[in-house]
Amino acid sequence: MSVKPLWLRALPVAIAGTLLLAACSSGSSAPASQSASSDSSLNAELLGAGATFPDPVYQEWIGAFIGDNAGVSITYEPIGSGGGIEQFTAQSTDFGGSDAFMKDEKLAAAEDAWGCDVVHIPTVFGAVAVAYNLSGVDGLTLDSDTLARIFLGEITQWNDSAIADLNSGVSLPNEPIIVAHRSDGSGTTSIFTTYLDDENSGWSSQVGKGKEVTWPVGVGGQGNDGVAAAIAQNDGGIGYVELSYALENELSTASMINADGNAVEPSLDSTAAAADGIDIPDDLRFNILGVGGDGYPIAGATWILAPTCGLDANKGEALKAFLTWALENGDSIAQELNYAPIGDSLQEKSLANVARINEGG
Amino acid sequence: MSAIPVTTERLPRRHGRALGDPLFRWILIGSSALVLLILALMIGSTTIDSIPVFFSQGLWQFLTGTTWDPGFSRTEITGTYQAGVFLYGTLVTSLIAIVLALPVSVGIALFLTDLAPMRVARTLTYLVELLAAVPSVVYGLWGLHFFAPVILKPPAEAVSDAFGWIPLFAGPVISFNFFFAGVVLAIMIIPIISAIVREVFSAVPDSERFAAYAMGATRWEVMRSVVVPRSRPGIIGATMLGLGRALGETIAVALLIGGGTTINFSIFQQGESVAAKIVNTFQESTPEGIDALIALGVTLFAMTIVINVAARLIVRRIGDVSGDAVA
Repeated sequence: MSVKPLWLRALPVAIAGTLLLAACSSGSSAPASQSASSDSSLNAELLGAGATFPDPVYQEWIGAFIGDNAGVSITYEPIGSGGGIEQFTAQSTDFGGSDAFMKDEKLAAAEDAWGCDVVHIPTVFGAVAVAYNLSGVDGLTLDSDTLARIFLGEITQWNDSAIADLNSGVSLPNEPIIVAHRSDGSGTTSIFTTYLDDENSGWSSQVGKGKEVTWPVGVGGQGNDGVAAAIAQNDGGIGYVELSYALENELSTASMINADGNAVEPSLDSTAAAADGIDIPDDLRFNILGVGGDGYPIAGATWILAPTCGLDANKGEALKAFLTWALENGDSIAQELNYAPIGDSLQEKSLANVARINEGG
Repeated sequence: MSAIPVTTERLPRRHGRALGDPLFRWILIGSSALVLLILALMIGSTTIDSIPVFFSQGLWQFLTGTTWDPGFSRTEITGTYQAGVFLYGTLVTSLIAIVLALPVSVGIALFLTDLAPMRVARTLTYLVELLAAVPSVVYGLWGLHFFAPVILKPPAEAVSDAFGWIPLFAGPVISFNFFFAGVVLAIMIIPIISAIVREVFSAVPDSERFAAYAMGATRWEVMRSVVVPRSRPGIIGATMLGLGRALGETIAVALLIGGGTTINFSIFQQGESVAAKIVNTFQESTPEGIDALIALGVTLFAMTIVINVAARLIVRRIGDVSGDAVA
């Protein structure tokens, strides 16, 4: 059953291929000021597929890296995390990409297929911003309980005392709240619901977490664009979008109160700070939950999945060189594209996992 | 036509012809067989993939339940898959589309065949056909960013304010709902329906029109009592084709229907269609979730077949009654 619906998989790959052409042609004009470590001995064609969320930064990294390593070609197809794990497990790609770490069962299946360990390599952080449209209100602050109760349909008016208590000095209108969520399966939804699930017991018992959930209230828009349209077109609208999308489109976003009681605006810096106090296990499979300090609490990592054996030697060397370069030199490209770098301590652990790629030959 | 030239000489290259005819024949048979083969492969593989889903849920539960909660297994079906919400959304949006598109299409067709001067008719025909060439994603984006919020929302809100006490029109009207999706679907199927209906109308013999005129009928009476009744089977056939398109339309509906997770009876509230659910979630789906989405596809396929067969039966019946006017 695992690889049966190939015909269904072929479609996104075809679409991805088209997008990739577009991405490559735009990539060539981008500033490639970062000098990639030049190693002319590398010679391999690498194929990866997976999450769409980090696709823009991966394409720019690839463009900059192969500019200095003519023998290497790397293709990353943004077919979605689910497809990425599937293709990687079927060994039809050399590496995978996923917005969620593999659960034990999936990891076991992938390790079975490759015949050795599969490593998780966090590359960048993404955050989910709560965007709203409330005429006359600038600078809204929410906490996890209020947010959960809004998305559960328990708080229905903007001047509800729960919101008012968090926003003293802000005059909130007596207007109905219009909730917008994603209608497509998405890593953004996963990060958002994982946060609410962890923070609010009512949420975890009624809705839960995942890439698609059964929403108690609200309209669904397709993609960040659909959600943003629903928010923009309705006074009183509130929804969640990727941070990078919110920054690019200058949406009004709410500050979230984190575990230390600090109200934090979503930004690249506060996202990078989110992982500072997080206890990260050795296999680097972690959720960013219970964020304190200056960290913005609704955040998550995205991973590259790679095998510790089974690649031919050239491919293994090339993949290691690329990921090492990306982790060490890719921060400024990432920030230009509104992704938060993973920070020094995690970078060290990520690099340790990169070193394990293809160690078994 | 001039007389056929008679030749007494043997035709040259007889050998080649002897080979050409059967070859051509086999090519034709092959192309037709290819369609059957593709159809069989499609039905076969999708049905095999989806059988475990139907079995685990029970067919009736799958069709009527309203919970869709995918599991994470690679080897078995652990989630709950019930398609009631999506089937309802598909039917409601398609129904709205047909109700709106049919009168407009018949009107366009009548205007083109019986009213418009030749030059106007030619231009208008071209423009209507142009509508059919617009990609559906463009319809969806146009609907999302302009047509729905700017053109459709004010009248929808007015109706909802005035008749909101009827559950069918209950508000509030938000950016995505059955009605917006249905209207955009209607625009997408008008070219299909009007093109076929136009052909059917022009197949009505002029002698019958002239006979009616000779008896003193007005233009309106000729259209009402000669052209339209003579064409009823064709109109129904065209409607069914349009309906088939509406049932299967994916991306424009996905952008406008609003991803609802429950059945809402108001046409101004959000829902989800079968095709939209598939396109919205398959990229990030789990292995068993993919099988469940394929089961949705099979269901949609079956639904289309049922509707097509029903349409053929209706057309045959009416054709028996009113005589055959379909070209």
